[in-house]
Order: sequence, then structure tokens, then C-alpha cells
Amino acid sequence: MKLLQILVEFLRGLGEATLFLFTMVAALPAALLRPRLVAQQLYMIGVLSLIIIAISGSFIGMVLALEGYRTLATFGSTSVLGVLVAVSVMRELGPVMTGLLYAGRAGSSLAAEVGLMKATDQLSGMEMMAVDPIKRVIAPRFLAGIIALPLLTAIFSLMAIGVLGGYLIGVELLGVDDGSYWSQIHQSLHPRDVAETLLKSLVFGVAVNWIALYQGYHAAPTSEGVSRATTSTVVVSSLAILALDFVLTAFMFR
Amino acid sequence: MTPNGQEIIVRVRDLRFAFGPRVIYDGVDIDIPRGKVTAIMGPSGTGKTTLLRLIGGQWRPQSGNIEFDGIDVHKQSRDGLFELRKRMGMLFQNGALLTDLTVFENVAFPLREHSGLPERMIRDIVLMKLEAVGLRGAAGLYPEQISGGMSRRVALARAVALEPALVMYDEPFTGQDPISMGVLMRLVRTLNEALGLTSILVSHDVQEVLSISDYAYVIAGGKVLERGTPEQIRTSQSAMVRQFLDGKPDGPVPFNYKASRDYATDLMGDAGA
Repeated sequence: MKLLQILVEFLRGLGEATLFLFTMVAALPAALLRPRLVAQQLYMIGVLSLIIIAISGSFIGMVLALEGYRTLATFGSTSVLGVLVAVSVMRELGPVMTGLLYAGRAGSSLAAEVGLMKATDQLSGMEMMAVDPIKRVIAPRFLAGIIALPLLTAIFSLMAIGVLGGYLIGVELLGVDDGSYWSQIHQSLHPRDVAETLLKSLVFGVAVNWIALYQGYHAAPTSEGVSRATTSTVVVSSLAILALDFVLTAFMFR
Repeated sequence: MTPNGQEIIVRVRDLRFAFGPRVIYDGVDIDIPRGKVTAIMGPSGTGKTTLLRLIGGQWRPQSGNIEFDGIDVHKQSRDGLFELRKRMGMLFQNGALLTDLTVFENVAFPLREHSGLPERMIRDIVLMKLEAVGLRGAAGLYPEQISGGMSRRVALARAVALEPALVMYDEPFTGQDPISMGVLMRLVRTLNEALGLTSILVSHDVQEVLSISDYAYVIAGGKVLERGTPEQIRTSQSAMVRQFLDGKPDGPVPFNYKASRDYATDLMGDAGA
């Protein structure tokens, strides 16, 4: 009985969230007409996430290069170190890690911001001023988030492979040949890999921003409600990213 | 008795509204005369704020209807409702200012969204509205840098920015010190005259509200208990109205929230019964 209730509650939430997604998508044209609002949000959730993304990308690349070098050295094939780093980052770590970091950094702040706007009657106030909060507040954030995540993923991957990560450790520190590092990457990384990374990060972008904005917009208008919305945003989007990653990888497996 | 010979701007008829099992309104008729300040008073939890949200079309009644300027609020499409709301201003209890915008931008917000006026003209209008509430000097500040009373005055400037026909005040005096309360009271009255507004004032600060309103309703328990001029309300003989006006703990309105078990049983368990 209790289980049935939980199931019904879950399905009801899912339906509500789906309707919310439709309303957001329907409001996207309105957001496109207000590029300034979108730009503002791109700054808030994209540019301000840059540092954490760049630093994390560098460290991930460094660790990959260190671990990879040790293994490759036993086979005497350290020249393919670049491939190991690049393929791991492009296929998997780039979109997933960026998605998870984005959920923690930007997703949580979106949910908290929108939740607090609701709790302090700002959304209601807008409605009473005949301004649709979905168009004015939600849609620009949704659009900006979807644009931001693929770009952040690109920056993450760049940092991990080329700039401070794998390149610094592999080439500068461990003495892998500069030319072979890049040429191996060039040979074995296909445009398709890049396209798949892009697709993954786009899907994650939709998922995380949808979850965050839904949680914020439907938060109970209390401090506890806002805190719960923030927590569920991070938990649900992290799980969603990992599950979606599996599904996408399975579909694109060759 | 309705306000005699007055033109009615908001007409509420046989309003019924409930949150789940909790009945808030059980057949209420209210008339808001145009150009006047009308007070809606009643104990906390009687749904005074709910009434404003119903008039604004944010919530939908279970039955009955609400007309604003002859138009049924709840029979409008979303666009139609938004058109109506452009002629209503609402002052939320906490101001509901947008915290990421300055005082100036907050007042400019409805103008920028709806008026299509050039920025220079918007600037002049905003400065005039801010001057009217005495806060032109605070134009560049953010909401977190001003006091609660100032926030409400900014919200008031914003509510009248589009020159609405009706302004609804939700508990404008709650938690204000005597000075800001006096300032706000005078503002409500002077803006009503100067801009030719109609004001609805929801409050439980009885004496203050009665002193600035032309007409008043006392509601409790989902019904209208008393209506009339402030003088008629003050001299009302209804026991409930008297208890409310005089602030007595004992009377028709119980001090205790209704408990499901009696006190002794609650304390002692079944042994006490």
C-alpha cells in the first residue's frame, strides 16, 4: 500500500516535471528575443563556473597521464600516452565530469536562486505585474545552461588533454615526445568522438538545467524547502548524468 | 448594504474557496467602490491575502465570481488575465522586490516590460514615482541595502508605476515602526487621491486602517461579519466584531486551536479519560 503510494507520488512528480519541460521549451522563443537576459545568465552560470572546470580538467588530465604512463611504460609504448588521455577524456571523462561539476556549481545555485525567488514572492510579484516568470526568469536560465555546458565540456577537455593536464605531465615532466603526443592524438581521435562528446554534454545540459529549474520552481516556499531543492538537484542530476551516460554510450557503442 | 450610489470596480459574488478540506470563503459578497480606500480586516488566517490573490487571478475560486471593471477575472485566457493585471498593482507583505535589481530598476521593471517607452521617459517616470514615496535618493541601492519600511515604499512606487486603476495592499503596516507606519499610511491615502486610484487595504492593524479608509469589511470564518464606514464598524454591536476590534482573548473566536482530543486525555493517556 505504502509502496503503491510512493510509486504514484513518483509518477505524479515525473508528469509534473515533464509538463514543466514543455512549458520551458515553449517559452524558449521568448528567451531568444531577450538576448541580454540570456547573456547575463551565461555569465552567471557559465563564466563563473570556468575556474572550477578548468582546474578540475587539469588535475584529471595530470592524473590520467601519470597513471597511463606507468602502465604504458611496462610495454614500452609511452608514445601513445596522448591517445590514452585524449580518448578517455573525450569519450567519457570530459562530459561526465563537467556535468557533475556543473550540477554542483551551477545547478545548485540555479535551484537555490529560483527557490528563494519563489519563497520571497518575487515570482508571484512578477505574475501580478503581468510578467510571465517562466519567460522572464526560467527560460533564459534554461537556454543559457544548455549553451554553457557543451562549452564548459570543451574547455574541460582542452585543459585535461592539451594545456595543463596530460601535456604538462606527459611531455614536460615525463619526457614523452612532443610530436608523437599530438600526432597520435590526431590519428586516433575521430570527428565522431568529438560529435559524441558534444551530444552527451548537450543531453546532460538539458537534464541538469531542467532538474535544477524544476526543483527551484516547485520548492516549498520555506528555508527547508529551498535547502531540499538544492540537495535534490545535485543528487538527482548526478544520478541522471551517470544513467544517461550509460544509455548514450550503449547506443553509440561500436 | 453596499456603498450607496458608488461605482463598483471590484465585485465579488458568492465566493467559495477552500484549500483542500479547509474552507476559506463560504459565500462572500464584497464590493469595492471606485476611487476609495477600502479596508478588508479580519483575524490572521481568515484568508485576507487569499482574497487579493483571487482578485488578481492567481488562484481560482471553487465557485462564485469576481469582476474587475465589469470583466470576470476567472473567465480570461492567460493573455487576457495579464492585460487585466496591467491595470492592477499589488503590494506584497514583504515587498517582493527583485533582489538582483536596484531600487531604480525595480520600479522601472514593469515599465520596461510593458510600456515600450523610450529609456529617457522611463527614467523620468521612475524618478517621479520614487520622489512620490520619498526615495529618489535611494535609486541606486539594492533591496538588501534598505530597510523593510523602505522596501515597501519602493514596492509601492513599483505598484503604481503603470498608473493602475486598482492597488492592493497586503498587510502594508505589519512589523513597521511607528514612523514608517505613519509614512506608509499617509502615502496610501495621498497616492489614492493624487493618482485617482482605488485601494484595497488588507490588514489587522484595526485602528490605523480604519483611520485612513473610506469603507471597511470585517471577515472571519469564511463570512463577512460587518461592512460599512469606519464609524459604523467602530460602533458595531456584533460580538465577533467587538472581540476583534477590542482585542479580547475571550469571545466567539476561540484562543485555542481546536484539538482532536481533550486536554486530560492528551496529557494522561487513556488513564486520564
